[in-house]
Amino acid sequence: MNHTLSVLVENKPGVLTRVASLFARRGFNIDSLAVGVTEDPTLSRMTIVVAAEDALLEQVTKQLHKLINVIKIQDLNPKEMIDRELVLFKVNAPPERRHEIIEIANVFRAKIIDVGRQSVTIEATGAGDKLMAMEDLLRTYGIKELTRTGKIALARGSKDAS
Amino acid sequence: MRISGAEALVRSLQNEGVEVVFGYPGGVALPMFDALFDVVSPRTILVRHEQAAVHAADGYARVTGRPAAVIVTSGPGATNTVTGIANAFMDSIPMVVFTAQVATHVIGTDAFQESDMTGITIPITKHNYLVKNAEDLPDAIKEAFHIATTGRPGPVLIDLPVDVSKAEIDYVYPETLNLPGYKPTYKGHTKQVKQAASLISKARKPLLYAGGGVLASSAWKELKELAELMQLPVVTTLMGKGVFPEDHYLFAGMPGMHGAKYANYAITETDLLIAVGVRFDDRVTGKLSSFASKAKVIHVDIDPAEIGKNKAVDVPIVGDAKNVLAAMVAELRKMTAQPHTDAWMRVIDDWRSRYPLHYHAPEGVLMPEYVVERIRELTKDRPTVITTEVGQNQMWSCQYTRIREPRTWVSSGGLGTMGFGFPAAIGAQLGRPDYLVIDIAGDGSIQMNIQELATAKINHIPVKIIILNNGVLGMVHQWQELFYGERYASSVLDQEVPDFVKLAEAYSCLGLRVTDPAELDAALLRAFDFDGPVIVDCRVPTSENVYPMVAPGGSIDEMLGGIPGGPVSEMLDDEFLEEVWE
Repeated sequence: MNHTLSVLVENKPGVLTRVASLFARRGFNIDSLAVGVTEDPTLSRMTIVVAAEDALLEQVTKQLHKLINVIKIQDLNPKEMIDRELVLFKVNAPPERRHEIIEIANVFRAKIIDVGRQSVTIEATGAGDKLMAMEDLLRTYGIKELTRTGKIALARGSKDAS
Repeated sequence: MRISGAEALVRSLQNEGVEVVFGYPGGVALPMFDALFDVVSPRTILVRHEQAAVHAADGYARVTGRPAAVIVTSGPGATNTVTGIANAFMDSIPMVVFTAQVATHVIGTDAFQESDMTGITIPITKHNYLVKNAEDLPDAIKEAFHIATTGRPGPVLIDLPVDVSKAEIDYVYPETLNLPGYKPTYKGHTKQVKQAASLISKARKPLLYAGGGVLASSAWKELKELAELMQLPVVTTLMGKGVFPEDHYLFAGMPGMHGAKYANYAITETDLLIAVGVRFDDRVTGKLSSFASKAKVIHVDIDPAEIGKNKAVDVPIVGDAKNVLAAMVAELRKMTAQPHTDAWMRVIDDWRSRYPLHYHAPEGVLMPEYVVERIRELTKDRPTVITTEVGQNQMWSCQYTRIREPRTWVSSGGLGTMGFGFPAAIGAQLGRPDYLVIDIAGDGSIQMNIQELATAKINHIPVKIIILNNGVLGMVHQWQELFYGERYASSVLDQEVPDFVKLAEAYSCLGLRVTDPAELDAALLRAFDFDGPVIVDCRVPTSENVYPMVAPGGSIDEMLGGIPGGPVSEMLDDEFLEEVWE
């Protein structure tokens, strides 16, 4: 099952390597990882999505806690978190079909951020299922390139992860 | 006053009370060695190979409980420390290793003797640092020693570029630490401790299972108090050897692959396993599903990641063994709990008398077990540290020594590093100058760090190396005999090569050879009384194997060799035992 870990770490060189190599060492494949500095410049937050059985995940979480630079780990409950991902799609868009694509973008509240002779680039944000639905629709036009940020997440409301 | 980074390093070592540095210089390490040159303390011991420097620091820490430092150069000097660091990491031994690094402006350019030491050692250090600014060095050193010696101890590495050790700084040794992510739990959860005490007070067949964590937290007094208060039999792991006196009537041996049958039977039959500072290593548990399968399990460890890692636990207690054991004793006293293990101890006594460790010695043949037994008997009245190499020599040492004092047993547990025992003995001797320090070695292992004879000789470190020379890589040979159809691939050495007596003499050390058991005592006594390093080359039979033995992956109560006993479930049909259970 997929888990979303919100990991607060010291903002120091090499911390990402320590965290990522720990997952590799324990045989876990990271589905996505997003990292950036927090409201406190000495701290960064990593949002890590992994597929793992609960018992194995517990062991990895405990091992993660042992890293000196790791301050706090939260296994976010899917029902009590907000998560977002940003995706850029570069889609085949001959002039005669461009309006269809723009319409799809509008429906998903996505933005057209670049237009070329034969393509448009769309910026979309949202939770995983919305972006997947959008990707499915756009595939019929031919997706030339796609890149995503990886999921970022926070616990809802008063559930404070720091 | 402005001083160089290297001088700041030396001052910091002095502030940390470090007594000894094991090291080997090289190009970019020169500023550090230069700063050590005029210094009385710490004393610098020049080894002959960097791996040995780390094992020596390891041996020193095991007998003193205090960390030593290792200083080596970059590149090959640094990578040579890797085995030693991995060994210390597996056995949770504190130390701080300083590797020199190429100058900061050429890091990442594949400069001469450059290797990414922080990258290489992430999986085998508790933490590591690449210090790029000399101003950050005092903080890094303070943190390194704190991390190495607190919580679950372990090695910490500091990689120090040459320009950083040359740069001048205003030196102030910090008084505070800034480690927001590092807060080991020392005090056990009160409710959990109470629950554990309640289980202990009720158990009919309780068993204490103690390991290296008891040493790390210096909790042997508390362990003994608990054992004696509730009359609990005690088994200790290879790492825990010595935390409970091995001549104590409650001592029930070392469990595991080459453990005593009675220890393994006790684990199989216990109804309450009280595990303290152990990690349920596969060499102890054998097949996990049948390990202590009749027992509730209390697990005390300072590292939460060890609890529940291999074995499901009923009462997990995260905390320092010393605190938790003391709290358990206090709780049991408060409950006025009474010991009631008479029947259980009678069963264990019966197993002890029926299935003792034993070996067969043909007339006139020098047996390896006999050598270890005689070392044990001849050192009964002298303070002695025993170190071992790895393999058969180590297992016979486990079986036939009687360690009565904590921190006098030094053996590579988790990593199983051949070549560990001799350099570790050098470190142990420096940590305990008044002790007789003996490395029980095999002819294979000893050749992995034999060059340290020079270190021992030149620095007047009078360790005694007793080689159980059977001309083969004994444990490999034993597995090939049992599980590989007697095909002895790459495990045959030669008893005559090298000539260990001449080798000792080449290093101006004393070399002795024993082939006849009748000559053994005289040779051992001569070695022990000799003022300098000695090799005693004991020629023992190739055919002798370590028994009893649990086949890899087997249940620990089903052991090959030794006195026939069979699975404990069958033995319990015995009339005597039936009677005891009633």
